[in-house]
Amino acid sequence: MIRLHNVSKTYQLKGRRDGVARSVQALKQVDFHVPAGQIHGVIGLSGAGKSTLIRCVNLLERPTTGTVTVDGRELTGLSRQALNQARHGMGMIFQHFNLLTNRTVFANVALPLELMGMPRSEIRSRVTPLLELVGLADKASQHPAQLSGGQKQRVAIARALASRPKVLLCDEATSALDPQTTGSILALLRDINQQLGLTILLITHEMEVVKSICHRVSLISDGELVEEAEVGDFFTSPSTHLGREFLNDFLKLEPPRALIERLEESPGPHTHPVVRLAFRGDAVAAPLVSRLARECGVDVSILQAKVESIQERTLGLMIAELMGPAAKTREALDYLESHDLKVEVLGHVQRDA
Amino acid sequence: MSSAMLELILKATLDTLYMVGISGVISALAGIPLGVLLYVTRPGQVLAQPVLNSVLGIVTNIGRSIPFIILMVAIIPFTRMLVGTSIGTNAAAVPLTIAAIPFIARLVEGALNEINPGLVEAAQSMGATPWQIIHKVLLPEARGGIFTALTVTIVTLVSYSAMAGAVGGGGLGDLGIRYGYNRFNPTIMLITVAILVVMVQGFQSLGDYLVRKSDHK
Repeated sequence: MIRLHNVSKTYQLKGRRDGVARSVQALKQVDFHVPAGQIHGVIGLSGAGKSTLIRCVNLLERPTTGTVTVDGRELTGLSRQALNQARHGMGMIFQHFNLLTNRTVFANVALPLELMGMPRSEIRSRVTPLLELVGLADKASQHPAQLSGGQKQRVAIARALASRPKVLLCDEATSALDPQTTGSILALLRDINQQLGLTILLITHEMEVVKSICHRVSLISDGELVEEAEVGDFFTSPSTHLGREFLNDFLKLEPPRALIERLEESPGPHTHPVVRLAFRGDAVAAPLVSRLARECGVDVSILQAKVESIQERTLGLMIAELMGPAAKTREALDYLESHDLKVEVLGHVQRDA
Repeated sequence: MSSAMLELILKATLDTLYMVGISGVISALAGIPLGVLLYVTRPGQVLAQPVLNSVLGIVTNIGRSIPFIILMVAIIPFTRMLVGTSIGTNAAAVPLTIAAIPFIARLVEGALNEINPGLVEAAQSMGATPWQIIHKVLLPEARGGIFTALTVTIVTLVSYSAMAGAVGGGGLGDLGIRYGYNRFNPTIMLITVAILVVMVQGFQSLGDYLVRKSDHK
């Protein structure tokens, strides 16, 4: 439904120094594809190029190179008029809602339909159900200033849906909202995705958003997409360093500081391995720790542990020290891996320290 | 005070209102579009035309920098061509209008500048054309600011119109100078000033009311 091919965006900076025009590359050869009906998240730190990326999809930012195809139509080559036509097929919501302050809730939702030249009577029959969908039918004649942040975003969602788009672009849509309101907005987006089969592309810096509604996620860093995965996979085993940082930050799962200082890269004659175990599916329910003690003769000291629900999946994470002779701990690691656990050796600590 | 005197004051009041009204309406009709044009042709705006924008900017600044009293006499030939005479209220309304157009334009540009650029971006994401952005987003969102601009302009026109006496324009300022100052009649002077004060107060209150009514920020 959304396909970006080789998209780059370079900004020319104004101040010329030494006669050389300076430029910043906000996006570097981005390729990605969101199939119809998916909710795809792009996560990254501020300044990574998230906003530029999402604005390239509806050409609010024109890519310097590359092509953007939405719903089978290549956008970069379109005339201004045809592009406006194509934009009617894409809704967009923003971090700060961007509602017109001098229009009522009803008139805000009606705006995209007015822009399309729809007759008044038809607009009315289109707007009212949308306000019901977002739960604001009773606020139709109020102005945005009278609404809370969450309500404003609901109006913005109704507005974005008014032209019956196939694609919804969400630009940090929940970043200005408190956690509870964020939850209700995300639930609304999920409903819309399921009921209307809408394809949603969202950018965010919050793992919570990715975790609760995305199917797939891309990680953007310094203008490049560095990782892409199913959300369940991303939360169990991110493949990049940045991905792990995001995950650790989200799970608050880091070995204790005192331990980190004692960690050594390579095993010595008198060391224990410290491992991070990620388990999902059946492994979560199995009593693996006690089995490890019984079957491999290794003691397990749990340093940190957490169980998270990632959509329909359950994910267990544990940081533990395996205590025993080197041969036994080696055996224990094999045992864990053979039971479908993701095992990562973080380092080694001196046995008696 | 004689009834002839009262009649003079009444006529002068009506003359002032006439000059302010005519020049206010015409300068608004020309100044608001010019202000919009100054804004939307800026680099990065919906109808970016950097060259046109700087030309308009320079012309506007020239209009704003000429002292009114000089403008009034400098354009006498133009005034005569336009209204057939260089004296009277109609003749005074011409320089008042010319002076007010760039004044309103800059104030309107400023009012548009206050609009959150995100609103324009949102409209663009909905496929709005530049014209739709102007009349569905920019003008309605700047409505309060534009009423403020018009109020400031009308009040300024009231005081400028007092100078119109210099070209035989009539009005309260003219009356105050001729009867109050030249003929040493402090009562007339006070009355004209008092009427001007009431007039300005009235326009300001009306303007404030319209701003409150139209703005939902």
